[in-house]
Amino acid sequence: MDSVRESLAEIVGQDYVSTEPEELYIYSRDLGTTEPHQADYVVAPKTAQEVQAIVKLANEKKIPVVPLGGGVSLTGIVVPLRGGIVLDLKRMDRILEVNERARYVVVEAGVSQGKLAGYLEKHHRNLIHSEPGAPPQATIGGNVVIHGQGDLALYGFNSDMVGAFEVVLPTGELCKIGSCSLSPYWFSRPPLPELGGLFLGWLGATGIITKLALKLYPRKRKRDVEIFVVEDAALVPDVAYKITHLEMAEDIVAWSQELPPLYRGLHNINIVFSGDSEKELDFKREVICEDTLGAYVRGGDGGFLDLQPEMKGRILGRPQIDRSTADIKKGGGFEYVGAIIPVDCYPECWREGVEIAGRYDIAYTLLGRIIGKCHAMMFSWTYAFNRADPESVGQARQALHESDELILKLGGVPWKPGVHAQKLILDTMEPNTLRLMMKIKEALDPNGIMNPGNWEVQ
Amino acid sequence: MFELAFDERKCSQCKTVDCLTKCQYMDIDKGAAKSEMMKLIRGEDSFVLHECVTCYACEEYCPTGNHPFYLIVVRQEEKNILPLPRPITRQALQMGEPWRGDLEIKEVKEPVISMGVFASLKYLIKGKLFEDVSLLSANTRTMFHLFCQLMYLHCARISVINERLPRIIENIAKHNVEEVIFFHDECYGTFASYAPAFGIDVPFKPVHFFEFLYNRLSDLKSEIRPLGLKVAYQRPCSSRLSPDKLHFVDDIFNLIGVESVEREYVGEKALCCATTIKGQVKEGSRRRAKEIQQRNIQDMVDAGAQLCVFNCPACMGTLAELVAKNGMMPIFMSDLCRIALGEEPATRRS
Amino acid sequence: MALQDYRDIIHRCFRCGYCKFPTNHIEANNCPAYARFRLESYSAGGRLWLIRAWMNNEIECSERLARIVFACTACRNCVERCPYRFSDEIVNMIVAAKNEMVDRGLVRSTIRNFLENVKKYGNPYGEPRETRGKWADGIGIPRYNGQEFLYYVGCVGSYDTRAVKAAKALGQLLLEAGVSFGVLGADEDCDGNEVNKLGEEALFEMLAQRNIEQFKRLGVTKVITLSPHSYNAIKNDYPKLDGQFEVVHATDLLRDLIKSGKLDVSGGVDATVTYQDPCFLGRWNKEYDAPRDVLRAIPGVKLVEMERNKSAALCCGGGGGNFGTDFLGGGEESPARIRIREACATGADILATACPICLTMFQDALKTEGLEAKLAVKDVSEIVAEACVSKKASTTD
Repeated sequence: MDSVRESLAEIVGQDYVSTEPEELYIYSRDLGTTEPHQADYVVAPKTAQEVQAIVKLANEKKIPVVPLGGGVSLTGIVVPLRGGIVLDLKRMDRILEVNERARYVVVEAGVSQGKLAGYLEKHHRNLIHSEPGAPPQATIGGNVVIHGQGDLALYGFNSDMVGAFEVVLPTGELCKIGSCSLSPYWFSRPPLPELGGLFLGWLGATGIITKLALKLYPRKRKRDVEIFVVEDAALVPDVAYKITHLEMAEDIVAWSQELPPLYRGLHNINIVFSGDSEKELDFKREVICEDTLGAYVRGGDGGFLDLQPEMKGRILGRPQIDRSTADIKKGGGFEYVGAIIPVDCYPECWREGVEIAGRYDIAYTLLGRIIGKCHAMMFSWTYAFNRADPESVGQARQALHESDELILKLGGVPWKPGVHAQKLILDTMEPNTLRLMMKIKEALDPNGIMNPGNWEVQ
Repeated sequence: MFELAFDERKCSQCKTVDCLTKCQYMDIDKGAAKSEMMKLIRGEDSFVLHECVTCYACEEYCPTGNHPFYLIVVRQEEKNILPLPRPITRQALQMGEPWRGDLEIKEVKEPVISMGVFASLKYLIKGKLFEDVSLLSANTRTMFHLFCQLMYLHCARISVINERLPRIIENIAKHNVEEVIFFHDECYGTFASYAPAFGIDVPFKPVHFFEFLYNRLSDLKSEIRPLGLKVAYQRPCSSRLSPDKLHFVDDIFNLIGVESVEREYVGEKALCCATTIKGQVKEGSRRRAKEIQQRNIQDMVDAGAQLCVFNCPACMGTLAELVAKNGMMPIFMSDLCRIALGEEPATRRS
Repeated sequence: MALQDYRDIIHRCFRCGYCKFPTNHIEANNCPAYARFRLESYSAGGRLWLIRAWMNNEIECSERLARIVFACTACRNCVERCPYRFSDEIVNMIVAAKNEMVDRGLVRSTIRNFLENVKKYGNPYGEPRETRGKWADGIGIPRYNGQEFLYYVGCVGSYDTRAVKAAKALGQLLLEAGVSFGVLGADEDCDGNEVNKLGEEALFEMLAQRNIEQFKRLGVTKVITLSPHSYNAIKNDYPKLDGQFEVVHATDLLRDLIKSGKLDVSGGVDATVTYQDPCFLGRWNKEYDAPRDVLRAIPGVKLVEMERNKSAALCCGGGGGNFGTDFLGGGEESPARIRIREACATGADILATACPICLTMFQDALKTEGLEAKLAVKDVSEIVAEACVSKKASTTD
């Protein structure tokens, strides 16, 4: 009788632990190209207290713990590289509090993006959150922990939108970070010394966020989109710069695809803006389309797509999913490499992306989402593969690795990096920074149990 | 290569130069019209080439059928005067490339309706009017093998139309059909007007969708319950290529008991939906398109129309929301006919 | 289709997780098996990945795998929600996997017993055939003898102690309305819908063909069903076996009878009512309106909706034979209990159902939740019967 399994069952109940081959099979894999690594235990806790007990047990027995949200980050960061316990946090799915005036919501980390969007739409009609371009099963916690970005990217990364939060340390203590550590409000971390940086972006290597406050934004009555199309990639950063100056658009995404043929060689720039009245929308539309981008149209260098309501609905609809990418090779799979990189790098990112995809015989699917006021861009190189064809998976994996290398070459930073990209980062990083990272990691996780294999120096 | 069958003498003998003087988007008197036309004939630059909004209407205005609009587009392409921004033109051309598999030639039994690139609208082809009808181009994956290409008249790309059209015609002809009814008015225009004008052989007889509807309605006359509604008709640009079929609009309205409201922008003076104008490079195009649309809709409202009847799905896509916002119901002609026969129009599958 | 025939599409599942959500995304647990177990293996996507792993010999067909596969109630939420083009085939693939397991004898005894009972006794309970018609004793329900309608009751309505009350209520309403109908009584056999969704194709065909032959022999052309499961089988599967019958679900007919005045519901029912869309009436057959029309026609009824309704409804967890095999029971998060709590949250007095399986699942769950004081579970027929003012009563004055 496995005493660890017994102990886990005592913590969460028999129903929510498994060491059966079926669960181990699923939880050893993620949806991308990362090779599977066998999990030893699958546990689905309901409360932060249960998480604490599990982490304490893991510390005692020196068993790795891998936290898992929606599992759709795709770069293998939820695959248990050294085995151990996969912690499925999706049962921690309660929406706890909405403070309308301070515009934040407090949720358990396992609340899905879909559930929060639906809840706000129903109960707090004047508030929205920045929804990442992921299936609705992505979790709030998981997304902020990987520095995700959403459809309000012009206000920053989704991790910028975290107020106070609660975290289980690798040694099992429950710790409150920010205002919630001394006040009933969860609205902020400033002006306290910034402890959020110890946990955001660490891919679970320094602790497990169990509750968090997420900043909410005004929901306007209407949302609209215009798509501006250019042929010359160099125009994309210019357009982004000009539009961000206006401070009228909440999301700017430039995308380019080889298929269907209609998009080939072109850059479609989605400009999303909202307003409470036709008057507001018309004004914004006029300033964006006529006053700001009109010169490109008159020069024949760019034009606006005539969008049928159906296409607008698909772009503006929440939750968003790209229905086609995963099934392009009729293969049920895709993975992408994301970079956080200056907007001006768009043309090079694109050119090299077309080249890499061509070499691997994968139709290129490239995208750049503007973050902040052109403070950064998330650029992604997506590679579809046929899950049933190992060669296809291998090709995609190679292309992904090359894309990781490209990012560093161009001066960007791989986003939510898998192990391969982490190594590139750590190898390239300035030694003092590296040392600081390792110091923090060791201080918080002396037994090295938290998602081991990630953010590790050999 | 296919050449436009253009007769210079017809133009030089023309007394009215209706093609340019009647233009709703350019203010040209007869003197200027005559000289600009001569420039076009001679292959010289003319402001007409830059100002033309590609509404197709001069094809109808010309009293001798000398294809002034096709000539304008030929010259625009020759001089690389693109009405639309280059990326938009490129995207439109790339859109027409079939990529999802080859065309399967299935056996069809006439009467056959070709949906062109509107395969997704095949849900409209239901009910008594269409009981024995077969469909061509009903598959969204392969419909571009049967795409008439004529929208590239808006892009100054005669060369692309002429390059692709013969294969399209061949694909249709492979179905061994004598007559093909074309759902989209522009497809009809391609085979009844454009192809002959450029000497492209069409080995089947194109039938206008409204002619088909009218004939069917006549057969089902006893089942029609007059609707007693007031309607406005949105005439698409391509309808200018088949003015001889325009009468079917009123013929159908009479049969189904609706009154076409008396308004300004009907028949020859019809206003296009302005979709293409909106995206054009010419300064002020966006505003102009909006103004045209508002004027068109207001005209319908002022005349007391309850419904706006559409022929073309592109017009419908552009104007439906504005029509509805102004208290009228947008509806396809065929759906209106179905209601008159006591049928509920098919709803869109989500 | 055999499981191997799905080799070309089963790998296309991305495990994006849409299948767990209802159409309005309000909760992440609209797959009843996933709601109960909350482990990825139990979601539709997880199930497909495991089936594929089994087909590729990466995992064995263990009892647990069988449990995971058979925990699918065929509620069709996954088909409704999956954004990919092969979504129509999801339930079919799972049923094919069940079929394969049954063929290889890799199923638990509960499933084996269920199927053997149906084969031997014509019902999954193992009750004797002779007692099938007993629910109709003493209330004047005629035997079918060429009337306009065959009233087809189904196994649950004939034998389950709670559901027979619905069967009776419907029967009495049909009598009241003067509908020309009859029942098969002890000669009625299982419609086979659950057997079909349990993957036992051969048994289903046998049952269906027997029923078709019997109906034809008796001259049946029109059928009223109590259960949406029977409705689904007769409407969608029997025609493939040359059994074409005009079939209506009880709520559809009740709507007509009330509208035409043949049933007088002026007695009313003073209650707030919320309605559970049964999977085989709702998502499977797109009928969301008739039952609501019936309820709205009753004076005094205030109809309120649960947050997840119509195509977003959470399955009661009874389909796929689960009402008998009970794979989804035994926990606070069993779908029936979740649904009872949701019904209570609307403030309703009555949770109305239009399916005898929903009825019995919810009645049990209500008891387990200890909410009998707050909520009643009733079939639509029972509610109509309560509101019904009998024309016959007045003639006896």
